[in-house]
Amino acid sequence: MTIKSVTSLLAHADDNMVLAQRLGELISNAPELEIDIALGNTALDHLGVARALYTHAGNTEGKGRSEDELAMFRTEREYTNLLLVEQPNGDFAHTMVRQLFFDAYQMELWRDLSTFSDTTLAGIAARALKEATYHMRFSSGWVTRLGDGTEESHRRAQDGVNALWQYTSEMFEGEAEHYHPAWSTTIESALIEAGLDPVADPYQRTGGRSGFHTEYLGFLLAEMQWVQRSYPGLKW
Amino acid sequence: MIGDMIVAQQMPEPMLESVPTWFVVLGRRPVVAGTGWSHRVDVRSGGNDGFRANERSFAYYGVMSSEERFQTIIDAEDKIEPPDWMPEAYRKTLIRQIAQHAHSEVIGMQPESNWITRAPTLHRTAILIAKVQDEAGHGLYLYAAAETLGVRRDEMQELLHRGKHKYSSIFNYPTLSWADMGTIGWLVDGAAITNQVMLTRGSYGPYARAMVRICKEESFHQRQGYELLIRLCQGSSEQKAMAQDSVNRWWWPALMMFGPHDSDSTHTEQSMKWKIKRVSNDDLRQQFVDMTVPQADYLGLKIPDPDLRWNEERGHYDFGEIDWEEFWRVVKGNGPMNRERVAHKVKAWDDGAWVREAAMAYAKKQAHSAA
Repeated sequence: MTIKSVTSLLAHADDNMVLAQRLGELISNAPELEIDIALGNTALDHLGVARALYTHAGNTEGKGRSEDELAMFRTEREYTNLLLVEQPNGDFAHTMVRQLFFDAYQMELWRDLSTFSDTTLAGIAARALKEATYHMRFSSGWVTRLGDGTEESHRRAQDGVNALWQYTSEMFEGEAEHYHPAWSTTIESALIEAGLDPVADPYQRTGGRSGFHTEYLGFLLAEMQWVQRSYPGLKW
Repeated sequence: MIGDMIVAQQMPEPMLESVPTWFVVLGRRPVVAGTGWSHRVDVRSGGNDGFRANERSFAYYGVMSSEERFQTIIDAEDKIEPPDWMPEAYRKTLIRQIAQHAHSEVIGMQPESNWITRAPTLHRTAILIAKVQDEAGHGLYLYAAAETLGVRRDEMQELLHRGKHKYSSIFNYPTLSWADMGTIGWLVDGAAITNQVMLTRGSYGPYARAMVRICKEESFHQRQGYELLIRLCQGSSEQKAMAQDSVNRWWWPALMMFGPHDSDSTHTEQSMKWKIKRVSNDDLRQQFVDMTVPQADYLGLKIPDPDLRWNEERGHYDFGEIDWEEFWRVVKGNGPMNRERVAHKVKAWDDGAWVREAAMAYAKKQAHSAA
């Protein structure tokens, strides 16, 4: 395969868009100013990747849809992001566990796509891989600190792992299956380092890639798309 | 004079009540050379705190009180640095001012982050996140500058949370439309820059240097805000109305950012002498109005002041009187958003307590196992 389908490009763009939106909610709410800055940076990185992928998807599709049209005028059912990224931030432990699960996945994804024959996509992936390396350092660092910090932080980190584990298999559906072993190794050693237990419950939730979301996404999109949809056709 | 060996004259002891301090002026800066009833000063080595003589150096020998030396540095347009002696009131005034400035940056993140998830385009979202992030960064530099005066960041934050420290009143107004993201950049950052350019020439080194960098970023924000408004003003009638409504709400609070009239300003005179403040409130406000009115004309927006007109004779715009009752009401904590802003900050801080504790506990364990 030499070209990723528009569907696949949009799915990756949506992952980054939705996660940027979730992280954007946190700015001015962090436990320390330094963390506000770090979360802002991460949000900007994901937003940057989303924009590049939307533009590339729009060009590949050839119907003249811009990044904003793709982000602002598709519905909940048309968004194909992973369920993991649309999950609410919860507490800081919950947020960091979600980021860790996703960062470890993106490390594999971007490493793979950075050698892809579509040079535009490979370029986007190469830049994103550098960013993901920083994201991974931040989220795994915090999961370790929280897991091995106080009794309370340990409990909260474990709660985060338990709550979010059900959204992890979805990342490895279809052509992404071969990322799973490396991801599992990374996450296992991160959890051991943090003194956190793996989840025994085999239940897994899925559906994001076919637009079958949790109920959280609708509100996220309603907020994000509100101005554009209230005043359609204007320039901002 | 360079290379001279100066032997300070011995003074008859009864002339002085305490042991004199000897100075050498290197460049423009009096440097402590030593204390005692007589002193040898080698200008080549420039005393004992590492300064080197240059062409402008001359030796000063005699007696200077710490206070005289302090004012000499300021009068010579040099900077006071953290190890220098400074009057307690100077230190206190600076801590109050820098902390207030830092708090303003941090509280100022709230009205803008209010629109991050609703920005109409991805380009605008990126700009807005980057801007709010810059403000957090400004807060950090400023807290760090204040810390050089011997106060800790958490102490300052604590005072903010208890309402003992203030922040700029402008952030006690709500952001009610997308146009407010433009107006805040244009008017609020514009007013802030007018004030802050003066602060880059302030007498306290760490603060003045922090302000150089902050001003660069602020002027970028101001242009971004103005550009956002250009887009709205060239857009539909709804967009233009949104922009006008926003300017109607923000104009007067922006003018209030310069503080009370000079005649009512309690700190001005001393702060001018110490070069903490270099231009008066009313002069800065006039500068801002003169700069901003033509920009409003270009946008086609009306400034909500019936008394605003060009005064040929003065070469400035005349403008109406600020509602000082509103000004004091907001300063005293009873503006539209005072309570929410502080409550938001306190909640974020309290909610994060367990995270900070965990980080400390983890660091302690690491240090313990390394030892």
